[in-house]
Amino acid sequence: MRDDPAPRDIDGNPVRVGLPMAMLAELTHRCPLACPYCSNPVELTRASAELKAAEWAGVFRQAADLGVLQVHLSGGEPASRRDLAEIAAAARDAGLYVNLITSGIGLTEARLRELDGAVDHIQLSLQGIDAEMADWISGYGGSFARKMQVAEWVRAIGFPLTLNAVVHRQNLDRLPEMIDLAERFGCRRIEVATVQFHGWADLNRRPLMPTQAQANRAREVVDEARRRLQGRMVIDYVPADHLAAFPKSCMGGWGSTGLNVAPDGTVLPCHAAQTIKTLVFENVREVPLARIWHDGAAFNAFRGTGWMPEPCASCERREIDFGGCRCQAMALAGDARATDPVCSRSALHARLRAAAEAEAASDSTVLVYRRMTREKRG
Amino acid sequence: MTADRISGAAVPYLPRGVRLHDDRVRGIRVLLAPERVIQLDPVGHAILSELDGKRSLAEVIATLCARYDAPPEQIEGDVQDFLRDLADRRMVFLDGEAGGPA
Repeated sequence: MRDDPAPRDIDGNPVRVGLPMAMLAELTHRCPLACPYCSNPVELTRASAELKAAEWAGVFRQAADLGVLQVHLSGGEPASRRDLAEIAAAARDAGLYVNLITSGIGLTEARLRELDGAVDHIQLSLQGIDAEMADWISGYGGSFARKMQVAEWVRAIGFPLTLNAVVHRQNLDRLPEMIDLAERFGCRRIEVATVQFHGWADLNRRPLMPTQAQANRAREVVDEARRRLQGRMVIDYVPADHLAAFPKSCMGGWGSTGLNVAPDGTVLPCHAAQTIKTLVFENVREVPLARIWHDGAAFNAFRGTGWMPEPCASCERREIDFGGCRCQAMALAGDARATDPVCSRSALHARLRAAAEAEAASDSTVLVYRRMTREKRG
Repeated sequence: MTADRISGAAVPYLPRGVRLHDDRVRGIRVLLAPERVIQLDPVGHAILSELDGKRSLAEVIATLCARYDAPPEQIEGDVQDFLRDLADRRMVFLDGEAGGPA
């Protein structure tokens, strides 16, 4: 690639390109659950367009050659792929650390045993602490009971397990019980992640937006539990970002350490990147992964800091949080270059915060569930 | 933070889901764990390579002292700090001590 021009950002500034550590492999957008905050795009990919297992194997080998160390098998629900065990084994054979991100629905004890030896770690989503809450949020009757059964099988086989609790106004008050549940399952980790309000969640701001009081209480609960569980269980906590002073370092910086492969092979800097309609994303079916990573215009678009407008350009935090999330800037400011409006230094911050407070004060419990239009079966 | 010293009789080991890996692309050694990649310096790598789930911490320290011809106090300090940090992050388990396998 000696003859290629130096990589440049969206404004033509030269950028330095590092190596990716982690890859999110979205094996499918199919999922039995219908969570109203699903991170999949609102326009879902159909089963017929999904990469085949052999294609995934090729992607994993390319990823390992490129420097990826960990792959997160996700979806949709990865267990909706009948060939999940074959795909997981291919990832492990490529030399990757294999993390399975699942709701548990679709896994049986026999299927879990097939994954033994290929999957390093399982991350099980938690929608609520009882069937009433979890089945309502997931839109799937019986999901909670099934998930508890899957967690037992996971423990019996010996996979390390992380519970991944997604929290919002409807369930945040039950956080102490979520932490207790993780402890009962012998989890080494629990992730407590507040809903990110883009995509499907953006359609559910009124029922899901947490209140400031809830966020404050959650912080206290997490701090207390971290002290109590020191050396026994790690708690990773992602607070509501519009309530913080500064944005999160989204993806550790655009095109910096992570990449995402969508079910049809489209390669993205993050799972929501397709909401930035001005960018063109390449497909690993047509272009080698290394070329997409190193030379792809979409990956280079927001690398470095040269593209930043003020107040980011002169901000001392510009290489800490990289101006926050480009997709959120697109959604809320209408400009993917803009300072993420969740930042207290954004001109839009006060308005965003006022809107979030109004949403949090809503008594709405009407959820817009994630739905895929049904594909005609041949 | 837990300031407790690990008992010399405890048997430290890498639990399932935590493993050493040779990062051939970057030319470094790393520890892979759930949602974490930790770059290891030669000291860290030497310590973790000795954990076989059979020998006690005292035996691991004695082995490292002999191999690197270093004073036990120095090795002991390095090993205690390094393993205590990883144990608190649930990346090293300690048999025969609280904070061991769940």
